[in-house]
Parts: sequence; structure tokens; C-alpha cells
Amino acid sequence: MRIAEIENEIIEEFELFGEDWEGKYEHLIDLGKHLPLIDKQHKTDDRLIKGCQSRVWLHSELYDEKVVFTADSDAIITKGIVALLIRVISSHTAGEILNAQFEFINKIGLIEHLSPNRSNGLVNMIKQMKLDALAYKQLNSLN
Amino acid sequence: METITKNNILNIQKLRQDFPILSKKANGKSLVYLDSGATAQKPKQVIDAISNYYQSQNANIHRGVHQLSQEITIAYENARATIQKHLNAAVSQEIIFTSGTTESINLVASSFGKKHVNLGDEIIISEMEHHSNILPWQMLCEEKGAVLKVIPINENGELRIDEYKKLLCSKTRIVAVTHVSNTLGTINPVKEIIALAHEKNIPVLIDGAQAVPHMKVDIQALDADFYCFSGHKLFGPTGVGILYGKEKWLNKMPPYKVGGGIIKTVTFEKTEYADLPLKFEAGTPHIAGGIGLAAAIDYVNEIGLENIGAYEHELSEYATLKLLAIEGLRIIGTAKEKASVISFVIEEVHPLDVGTILDKQGIAVRTGHHCTQPLMEHFGLPGTIRASLVFYNTKEEIDVLVNGIQKAIKMLR
Repeated sequence: MRIAEIENEIIEEFELFGEDWEGKYEHLIDLGKHLPLIDKQHKTDDRLIKGCQSRVWLHSELYDEKVVFTADSDAIITKGIVALLIRVISSHTAGEILNAQFEFINKIGLIEHLSPNRSNGLVNMIKQMKLDALAYKQLNSLN
Repeated sequence: METITKNNILNIQKLRQDFPILSKKANGKSLVYLDSGATAQKPKQVIDAISNYYQSQNANIHRGVHQLSQEITIAYENARATIQKHLNAAVSQEIIFTSGTTESINLVASSFGKKHVNLGDEIIISEMEHHSNILPWQMLCEEKGAVLKVIPINENGELRIDEYKKLLCSKTRIVAVTHVSNTLGTINPVKEIIALAHEKNIPVLIDGAQAVPHMKVDIQALDADFYCFSGHKLFGPTGVGILYGKEKWLNKMPPYKVGGGIIKTVTFEKTEYADLPLKFEAGTPHIAGGIGLAAAIDYVNEIGLENIGAYEHELSEYATLKLLAIEGLRIIGTAKEKASVISFVIEEVHPLDVGTILDKQGIAVRTGHHCTQPLMEHFGLPGTIRASLVFYNTKEEIDVLVNGIQKAIKMLR
């Protein structure tokens, strides 16, 4: 599925909850429980995303020119947020990831998570994912 | 006064009406604001004073010959006098307007440090300091080759005075400690801390940011050499704060920033600086801030800080009991002397997650390390949830918080 299609799928999923914030958060928490977990050997301090109140580890690998992400966090809502991001962009090419706009975040009623507020680190997660993609893209152009 | 009933019990519902923001909704729920330790809400008396300044008093101070300028200069200096009187400082020139506690501490670290701190000297701070009372001293130590010494705390979050006594020595140039811990709520025995330092002729700076909203501070009784606080935590505007400094120290210290308004004469060869307090107030100050801060001080004095302290103590005891009844909840900071700041953690749930779910219920708390990372390290925690209470909070709000936490635990575990 293309990135935009996955984003639409997520928007529709959250639309089902309407104004029910509890339902939305329960869904997000549930998604966090199914996060593709980072392998223990990569769960090191150098994989930590800075500027976040909770700890978030992010790892990526390249398979058949697709970037595959895994992650973990000590906070369950943060885990849900990373799970959403990974669901949208993991297993896409570096170029597709660099173009991703993550517009779904504003549309699923969790808008506060995209604010530049330093507490949740969402902006930094996206930045790290794009930096990883950029590194793979540059590596590719060198080969 | 009307707001106080005959037996000195505050009429909280009436006081709450002074704060327009408290009737606001947050996420569709009635706002429960338990983050006054970060910044306090403003009563309409303060908002009106600021608005009135811009609407009918605005002019630059200390410069103009015209009527508006003269009037606002008097009003601004009256604000200084209000603060002097409130702190019981000896003279008004010991009151320096700054942008807040952070700038006040930076001013002393920079200016006092330039003059009095040298290679191998020592500066004492404590383990429970806010980053703003660590970093200026750390930077000074790096610049001068001085050494930062840290007073440890015990498991209740109280300063180890026995250890402090051992740190004080002939190399110590200044002691800088907080009056009330922003994370733990601990009220430190600052009078004793100051007296011990003075035995060795060492000056003491007190970070009073978290103290002034809750208690009456008598500078002369404490005998503090420097005392810093922010307007915005004292129900006043942001961007204004106070540095109290003993005249004998301030006179010896060089200006910390230079510019307009702080000179007697300027030539390209030499500048003669103005006397206190203007020596430390270069540039056009935050005039509205000064006026607003004085209005805030008048406001709390009308209620009475003793009444405020007594009510907050009662509210804090109620909140502590209610919170401790939640399974798996542990309070961080259990000092005997405590202000109405309650930090806690809950087993198996992350503070950030709890804060997020509380926010959805209209409850504003602070989560994280509270700019006290070394302190968090002492307790081995990534952060806490902090409810900071002031006189406009109620027992009903504590009940909402407790129910909110229970809901969060149910969702998160």
C-alpha cells in the first residue's frame, strides 16, 4: 500500500470513535502493544531519541531497498504514536519516506501530539526517521 | 476584608472569581489547574493593572520631562517600594528588576563571579536545585577554574545540613540554594543555612521562586545576601522578576549588562555608572511587568500570606492522604517541612502517559524531570507527576484529580 493509502486507512479507523477520546486513546494504546519491537541488541543509548519525556529507541534496516523500522518506548502512549508512524512509513523506499507529510496526525484528533511541545518528542521521532531515510538514500547514490 | 470570613477561613469560591481563566474549559472539561508551580494564574486585579498601564500610563521611565513619563516613573518606583516593603528589605535600591529568577541568578553568578571567584575557589549548591540554579554556577566554575560543591539530600528529600557544614570552608565564595524545592516541595532551613555561611563570612543566594507564592519572606530576618524570584509564579506577569541584593554586595559588583539608563557619564574613554538600582537595569525595563508584579503583591497581601499558607497546608494534607490511597502510588519528597507541591510516581505507568490522560480530562499537571535532572537521578526516576497547589485550588479539584488518576491507571495498565 502507498503511504497516502495507509494514512487514509488510519484516519478512517480513528473516525469510528467520533468524539470519544477514551476510545481513541485505548486504540492508540492497543496499537502500542503491537509495535514492531526493536531487537534487544539495538536498544542502546545511541538509538535514543532526544528531547522526549519518555525514552524512545528507534532502529532501521534496509531490505530490498525498503527501509524497515523497529522501536520501543517506556511510555505506552508514546509506543502507540511510534507504532502509527512505523505503520505508515516502514517498508517504503527512502525517497517515499522523505516525501511523507504525516497529514493523518492532524486528522485523527490527536493534534496536540504534533505541536512543537518538547514533551512528547513526536517531531523528533519524525526527524530521526527521515534522517535514517536520507542516510540510506545517500548511501544508495554512492554505490 | 470581604473575602475572609470571621474565623479567618478564606472564601475560596469568591477568590476563584478573581481569576478569569479558572472558568475556562480544557478539552471540553472544567479546567482543573494544578500546575501553578510552573506558572500561576493571574487575578483580574493584575490583568487590569497591566491593561491600564498600556491604555493610560504608557511612557518611558527615568528619561522624559513630560508628564506621562514623570507619572509612570513614580508608579514604577512605587512598585519597587511595594516589593521592598513586602520583602522587608532595608532600602528600595536593593530591589533590582530582572526578567525572572533565571536572570537574577545569572546576574549574580556573572557579576559577583567576575569580581569574587577565582581559580580553585568553591561554590556550594544543593542536589535539589532547579537547573537555573545549577547552570550559571557551573558555567562560572568552568570559566574561572572554580569547583562546584553539592549539598546532598536524604531519602525524604531534605538537605543534609551535617554534610553542608563539612563543605563550608575558606575556599567557599558563595552558597546558592533554593528556599522551596520545585520538584519535592521541601522547605529548606534557609535561615540556618545562611547563618552557618555567615559564620565564615560567606554570602548566600536564595532561589525563592517557589517560596514567595506560599509564604511571607522577611529578607532582614533571614539575613540573605541575595534573594531571587519571578513575578509569574506569584500571580504576576511573565518576563519580570526580582533580585534582592544587600547594598554592600551590589555596590561592589560590576554591571552585568550595559546600555541605556545606567550611566552617569559616557565618553569613548570611560563610563561612570549610575548608582543602585539602575546600575543593573540597562535598557527600557518591563514597565508593565513591574506594575503588574506590584499589583500581584498587593493582591496576595490583601488575602494575607498567613491565611494562604494555612489553607494550602490543609489542602496539601488532604491531597496527600487521598493520593496515598491510590494503589501503587508513591510520593517523592516527604520532608517534614513542605510547601503545597506534591510529586508522585505510580507503579507500572509512565508519568507522561498519566499526564496525557489527565489532560484529556481537563486536569493540568506537570510531568517529567521538572528541570531537576540530578535530583531525578538521585531517586532513580525518569520523572514524576507533579501537582502544585495554591489557594485557588479546592478539595473538589483534588477529588477530580484522584478520579482522573484512577481512570488513567485503568486505561494504561
